[in-house]
This record gives sequence, C-alpha cells and structure tokens, in this order.
Amino acid sequence: MFTKFFCTLREKKVPVSITEWMMLMEALSRGCISNLDEFYYLARAILVKSEAYYDHYDVAFQEYFRGIETPAEISEQILEWLKDPLNQMTLTEEERALLDSMDFDELLREFEKRLKEQTEQHDGGGYWIGRGGTSPFGHSGYHPAGIRIGGESKGRHAIQVAQERRFRNYRSDLTLDVRQIKMVLREIRQLSRIGPEDELDLEETINATSKNAGEIELIWRQSRRNAVKVLLLMDVGGSMAPFALLCSQFFSAAHSSAHFKDFQYFYFHNCVYDDLYQDIERREAVSTEHLLRILEPEYKVILVGDARMATQELTMRYGAIDYYESNDTPGIAWLKRTADHFTHCVWLNPDTLYSWDHPTVFMIGKLFPMFELTLDGLRQAVKKLIVKK
Amino acid sequence: MHNDDFDQFKGSPDYVISEPLKNAVNVSIVLGKPLLIRGEPGTGKTQLAHSIAHGLEKKLITWNIKSTTKAQEGLYVYDTVQRLNDSRFGDTDVSDIKQYIKLGKLGQAFASPEQLVLLIDEIDKADIEFPNDLLNELDEMTFYIPEIDETIKAIHRPIAVITSNAEKELPDAFLRRCIFHYIEFPNPELMEEIVRVHLPNIGGNLLREALKTFYKLREIDDFRKKPSTSELIDWIQALIAGGISLDRISSEVPLIGTLLKKETDYDYFMTRAGNKLQSRKANAYGMPYR
Repeated sequence: MFTKFFCTLREKKVPVSITEWMMLMEALSRGCISNLDEFYYLARAILVKSEAYYDHYDVAFQEYFRGIETPAEISEQILEWLKDPLNQMTLTEEERALLDSMDFDELLREFEKRLKEQTEQHDGGGYWIGRGGTSPFGHSGYHPAGIRIGGESKGRHAIQVAQERRFRNYRSDLTLDVRQIKMVLREIRQLSRIGPEDELDLEETINATSKNAGEIELIWRQSRRNAVKVLLLMDVGGSMAPFALLCSQFFSAAHSSAHFKDFQYFYFHNCVYDDLYQDIERREAVSTEHLLRILEPEYKVILVGDARMATQELTMRYGAIDYYESNDTPGIAWLKRTADHFTHCVWLNPDTLYSWDHPTVFMIGKLFPMFELTLDGLRQAVKKLIVKK
Repeated sequence: MHNDDFDQFKGSPDYVISEPLKNAVNVSIVLGKPLLIRGEPGTGKTQLAHSIAHGLEKKLITWNIKSTTKAQEGLYVYDTVQRLNDSRFGDTDVSDIKQYIKLGKLGQAFASPEQLVLLIDEIDKADIEFPNDLLNELDEMTFYIPEIDETIKAIHRPIAVITSNAEKELPDAFLRRCIFHYIEFPNPELMEEIVRVHLPNIGGNLLREALKTFYKLREIDDFRKKPSTSELIDWIQALIAGGISLDRISSEVPLIGTLLKKETDYDYFMTRAGNKLQSRKANAYGMPYR
C-alpha cells in the first residue's frame, strides 16, 4: 500500500527507513485513520523524525496525492542548475581581456534584469546566467568581474559570493554527520580528578575498613572530569565557500560537545593576523597578541582552513587580502607565534589531499601538523592533540 | 471509521491540544511506541504528559534527565553499600539480594500492575550515548537483572512520552523507534484559548492588548530567548495583580522583567525598543516628532 509514496519520500530526501514504513503499515491496519487529513499527520508522526524535514515531507505528500508538479522558486531553481560544475571553458588571455569589467552596482542591476528575462536552464554562451561560458553571471565561467552564483569558485575572480549567507548557519544544529564528528571529538580528553569528593574509592575503602577491624570506613574521592580546553580558529574567507557545509557541521559538533572544560572559537580570513574575530562577519575583533597572553599554553588548538592564498598574504607585511587589516607583522609570523605558544596544535584542511600542492599550504604544513577534514583525518588529528609533543 | 481502541485520549480540560498532536498521542498508545516531543521551550512539552495522565486517569512517573544521568539508573540500582553495612549486624538477612535492588523510574513503570504514563523529560540533556543504551529496553519494554536472575517485563506497556529540546542529536536507531511530533508555537487564536484555560476570569480587552504586545515582542529576532507561553501567562497574571491600565500595556510594556529573562535581552529592549516606544509615547501626547 502506498509503496510509491515511500519512494517519493526517499526521492525528496526524507530519511525514511523500512522499520518506520512497517510501523505505518501496522498503524493503518489497526484502523488509526478515517480520512486523508489524518493520514497526513499519522504518516508524518511515524515517518519524519525532525521538523527540519517537515517541508520535504509536505512537498512529497502533495506530489503523490494530488499529482501536482511543484515548481520551486525561480531563484532556487537557478542555484540548482549551477550546483554541478561543468568543465571550465578555457579562454585565452586575449579573449578575457576583451570582456569589459563592469562595476559592481551595474553588475547587480544587470543580474536582476537577466534573472527576470531568463526562463530556462542555460549553460555556455555569453549572455544568460548559467554554467561555464563568459557571461558575468553564473559560475565556473571566466569574466574578470563576475558575480558568482553557487558552485565552486574556480576562477577565484568573483567579487562577491552569492552563497555567502550559508555561513550564517554555523551555530544552528545540523543533522547530517554531526554525530559522527562528535564521537571523534570525544576522544579529546584528559581526565583529572577535580570537583567535590563524590565517588567511592573502593580499594581505599576496603583497606581502611580492614585496618578498622571490620568497622566500615568509607573513603570518597573526587571523580574524574575532562580538563581539556579547546581553542578553535576557523577560516571564513572566500575560498572556503565550497566547504561551508562541512565546516559548519564541524563547528556544530565542536560547539555542542559539552565535555570540554572550556571551548573558545574565533574566525579569520585566509590567515591569522593582528586580530581575530568573534563573529563570521568579522566585526568584533580581538587582538591576537591579547589572546596569546590570556590563553594558557595547554589549550588544544584546532585551526580549520584551506591554507591556500597568495604567497604575499602569508609572508609580507601589509599582505592581508582585506585592505583594512593592514597588518604590521606578516601572517606567517603570527602563525609561528601561535604554534610556539600552544603545546598542541593541528590544522584541519577541508580541501582534498591532492590539492595541497601549493606553496602556502606547504609553508603552513611545516608549522602545524596538517590533516584532511574527514573522519579519518580528524581521528589522526585528535591523536596528535592528546599525545605529548 | 476509527477502531474503538483508537481515540482513547481526548485531551484534558487543563490543556489545549491540537488535533494532529492528539492523533500522534493516540497512535503512540495503539502501537505501544514512545512518543518523542520536540518544540520551543514553553510550548507545553512536559505538560502534555501530565495532560495524558490526567485525561486517561493513569498514574504518571517522571524521569528527569540530567547531564550525569546513566541509562542503568532508570532500570535499577543495586545498593551494595547498604548490604555491606547491614551485614555487620545480624538483624537482617543479607542473603536476600532482592531487597537491595531498587528499581529506577523505568523499572517502576514496567513493574507496575496497571498501565501508567512514563515521562522521560529532556532526554537530550544526557550523554550522547544515553538513548542508545535504552534502545532495547524501550523496544521490548523488558530488562534482565543478573544479580537476582530475574527479568522485569512490562505487564502493560507504559505510555511513554519523551521530550527533547534538540540540544544534542539523537541517534537514528533511537529515532526510528519513536513517533515524532513537533509542537509549533501557538498562533494568537490558539494562544487565547490557552491563556483562558489558565486564567478563566480574564477580561477580553486585557487579553487582546497583552497578546498584541506579546506577539510584537516575539517578532524581534535579536532576543537570545524569545518570551514563550509560560512567560506570557506569568506576565498577564502580574498585569492583573498590578492593576495596570489597558493603554499602558502596549505603550510602555510594564513589568517587562517577567517576559525577558536574560539580562542581555532586557538591556537590548531597554535601549533599542524602549527608545521607539518612548518616542511614540511622546507623539501620543501631541508633542512634535523629532
């Protein structure tokens, strides 16, 4: 019964299992419902286990029971087309120079205009919003001053990343693999006896009782608690956009792991300079110098970033990509000071291993043991964090 | 048509329940599966269990979960220290281990001769492994005590209600075994009904003004904790007790401390929203707007 509904749900990415489906069948056979409305709620209560999927469920339900095709919003549809990157069109330097750079406001206005005109998917070509191609809109294309919509930043020329808002959700709970990451993070611990004496020390109790000629003498001791303090520094720069989801999952897991004694986190763009930031928009600054003074060396430091930037951003004074940063000390010196101050540091790189062949990745890798931001890489990193240097 | 054994729970006079939630409760009773309830704080998750117990005239057992709670504690505790202590004096027979086995909340619910309502409150407070440790026990409603070689099996499957604030992810295996319902924040109409259940003698004008101001406050996204149902009821009670006049409710939001519990929210309101209200008040007195 309704087996196709099950398939529709799976298609709409609602995580339904056979167990739950059988449960629904049992409920139906017991006559729990008398009309379609009740079926809607019954099936939702049994099949959907998070309000995050309520919307997916609604879409699937409509499609199955009314046969109505549900058109998504046009802007979402456009983002959808752009999700899978096509092979980049290769342009000669000459051709690229031919394209005039528009200024930013002009670009935005033009974008809105074409969004209104465009009604179908469009790849390649020079005018419409789509993949590849030389129009200033879309992604994977080459236009010196283009607005990138979704996709990966391949040309790394984009003035503004349209999907930047994805970072906003760092703090929200994500359901995907947060749990797995958390399980690994639990390994970061250093148990020491702190707090009130609330645990019975069995061995000492037996000893004391024997000495006391059988008169029971209870010996209490402090229970063991995790004494680990963690400092998380995250790159939220433009080149990190493709890894936004992964990074936010990692953040979510670390932030909600209640077992650390202390958990501090800061953001930076591409490299650590004179200031670190308390928010993703990088408005609330804290001086790095100050942090190095107040945070004890026993903080376990996890840096997350792709370590990929122009060489001068790392090695030059005033090399920071953000103009207002105007750093007196080159980024590499700040990284070195961080690595020297804290006894345990690791760098997690969300980029895949084969793309690490880059001068700045190499330089940073010499300062910090670098691991891939995958479950395996994380496990190795955690091992590194708990052993003595 | 519904079967006769369905539709057992019809709500109770002290709790306003939506149709879907009522159905979810009944499904969970019929299938004997635990009902997992999620929703914003103050939407009455815990109250639901009380209402079920009240409506069906069954006893309620509450197991409050803390961060240190272990799954084992819910089943039983073997009080070895008491036994050791007793063994020193000849007046009790310590060979009978049974008297040192103390059933936990879950154990009590299983062993009870009548069906009752079991509330496991705020399951997400506990360790991340906690729900997994209870999988089998909640599924089969049975567990084994090796010390006395005895199996406790539920005579009547208790009606289990589990609440969660989504502080931690619950494991998939656990979720698969539950019926799930998310309590949405009530809309103004439902809220009016809810307030009337708690404060039956409230005047219509006061309620309308209070609700208007309340929902306006909830629209401010910058609050760390938005005021919820329980705060609203406290506030209205305070308004009645203080004899505050109607026009002051919306113009200056008196007794705001009952609605905003976080200091930062309070400060934010006083500086930002407070200013706006101030200027509106000035305008109401006919003074020039600047």
